[in-house]
Amino acid sequence: MSQNEKHHIVKYRTYIFVLLGLLTLTGISVAVTGLNLGPFAVTVALVLAGIKSTLVLLFFMHLKFDQPVYGIMVLFVLAVFVVVMIITFLDYSFR
Amino acid sequence: MSESKQPSYLEYQGKYKGLFGWIFSVDHKRIGLLYMYSIMTFFIVGATLGLLMKLELIAPGKTIMDAQTYNGLFTLHGITMIFLIVIPGIPAILGNFFLPIMIGAKDVAFPRLNLLSWWIYIIGAVIALSSQFMGSGPPDTGWTFYAPYSFKTTTNMLPAVLGAFTLGFSSILTGLNFIVTMHRMRAPGMNWMKMPLFPWTLYGTAWIQLLATPIVGITLLMVVAERTLHVGFFDPALGGDPVLYQHLFWIYSHPAVYVMILPAMGVISEILPTFARKTIFGYKAIVASTLAIAFVGYFVWGHHMFTAGMSGTAQFAFSFLTFLVAIPSAIKVFNWISTLYKGSIHLAVPFYWAASFIFVFMIGGLSGLVLGALSTNVHVHDTAFVVAHFHFIVFGGVGFAFMAGIHYWFPKIYGRMYDESWALTGWVVFFLGFLALYSPMFYLGMKGMPRRYFDYLPEYHGPNIFSSLGAVVMIFGLALIIINLIRSARKGEKATANPWNGTTLEWTIESPPILENFEEIPTVTEPPYHYK
Repeated sequence: MSQNEKHHIVKYRTYIFVLLGLLTLTGISVAVTGLNLGPFAVTVALVLAGIKSTLVLLFFMHLKFDQPVYGIMVLFVLAVFVVVMIITFLDYSFR
Repeated sequence: MSESKQPSYLEYQGKYKGLFGWIFSVDHKRIGLLYMYSIMTFFIVGATLGLLMKLELIAPGKTIMDAQTYNGLFTLHGITMIFLIVIPGIPAILGNFFLPIMIGAKDVAFPRLNLLSWWIYIIGAVIALSSQFMGSGPPDTGWTFYAPYSFKTTTNMLPAVLGAFTLGFSSILTGLNFIVTMHRMRAPGMNWMKMPLFPWTLYGTAWIQLLATPIVGITLLMVVAERTLHVGFFDPALGGDPVLYQHLFWIYSHPAVYVMILPAMGVISEILPTFARKTIFGYKAIVASTLAIAFVGYFVWGHHMFTAGMSGTAQFAFSFLTFLVAIPSAIKVFNWISTLYKGSIHLAVPFYWAASFIFVFMIGGLSGLVLGALSTNVHVHDTAFVVAHFHFIVFGGVGFAFMAGIHYWFPKIYGRMYDESWALTGWVVFFLGFLALYSPMFYLGMKGMPRRYFDYLPEYHGPNIFSSLGAVVMIFGLALIIINLIRSARKGEKATANPWNGTTLEWTIESPPILENFEEIPTVTEPPYHYK
């Protein structure tokens, strides 16, 4: 079945833009540690990390160009992760 | 069947000869057997440790060892049995051997990665077992490595934890390999609903291996960091939370129970239709229940922690979810029983093992509901009842299914038949010994005998004698079975290609299979259990 599939070629320019985006976000992650955001410090760090992971998944791991089934698999994994987190916090939030 | 021109995988001489021809082979069948020989070696070690523990418990007080030795023994027994045997167990042995054949492929998707998985397994095993022989004495935490004790004990914890961490990579790589194999390498015509049920259970298992194993890897590294750097993840004195360790550990280790049991269920789903001469009842329901168990199994870990100090809300949620996972398990049992109904049952050794699997699995599963209910769990938590329950599930489940599977596929693996009367005697002795060993523990647990103690009150003596004698009988049965299989692999009668009249693809090829499994990749037109 694999011989009938076409491989998408990503331009180097795209990779460089993504790399620059990742480096910028890393810089922002470091910079915000100097701000006193209180309880939101972790939230901001996780949001930035989440954006970086998404960029890596979409471009470097080719999820953007693959069949939708692989995207569904990743979303399914994320859904499992979210449910696990929610259930864990049923303990910590109600102690 | 016409004689093949290709040599069998046992006869094939590649780049390396002798032992090297095995330990550097990328053939999935040889790798499956490498796992089997390694796992069986570790199993003999683990079973011996278990027998020594039962001999210690044959009478109250010190019998053959002191308390600290007993603590080290049950820790090593647990680490060996869980991380080295039942988690890799059926997927690594029977999965590696039969998955590609059953889906009509020549090998797994990444054969070299497959061999690497075995090497990582061996390295992890050596690291884990080295904890017994160096530093400050064998670890004594139990296989769960619970914090805060695991980062405070002066025993030799780090190798045990790092060994378990390393073994996780083997599991992840096997899971990844199987997922890709099933997505990419099924034979023409074999759509998902024509795939046999054993591969389906390996598919559900592989997702758990891939997603849940990294969690325990990170958790074990956190223990290492806690011991060496005093970070404060789990130590209350440093602002940590010991219950967090239990959450992280069981987020992996409960799904790991399904890594053990799902492939076992797959083996049973292969054997029953063959020996009932009947299409499996409710193929789609069994597939759905496999995926449901794999999915819901992620969310029930908290039932291991009902007395650990969780919130009432979490306890309620985990109890409810635990009862939910019983539904797909029961669906499987009902479908297996319905498969037998009005079948022309052919009584043979694999069938006896499969039928006894259902019996012990039912006892293990129903006692699991006692532990899933909050009120009864508090009463029997950390007692011998729990030990009985998980041995009925893990040993009764995985052990019986593995025995069923190895007696079912033995003619295909070695091209020889085993002595059926010895195999049947082995099953009878083993089964009776198993029941005598573990059944009294339900009673002892309900009476309040705690687990993980080398001593007990005199009132528990009688059932403990019975249980210890059961262990001796079971080990005797095990010896009969293993000796019979080893002898038959060398000297048994030659097996035909399809001695049981099976309908799945492995029975369409020679016994033992040729190196590339098929002369020509088959085209699949029928469902897997097509009996007319």
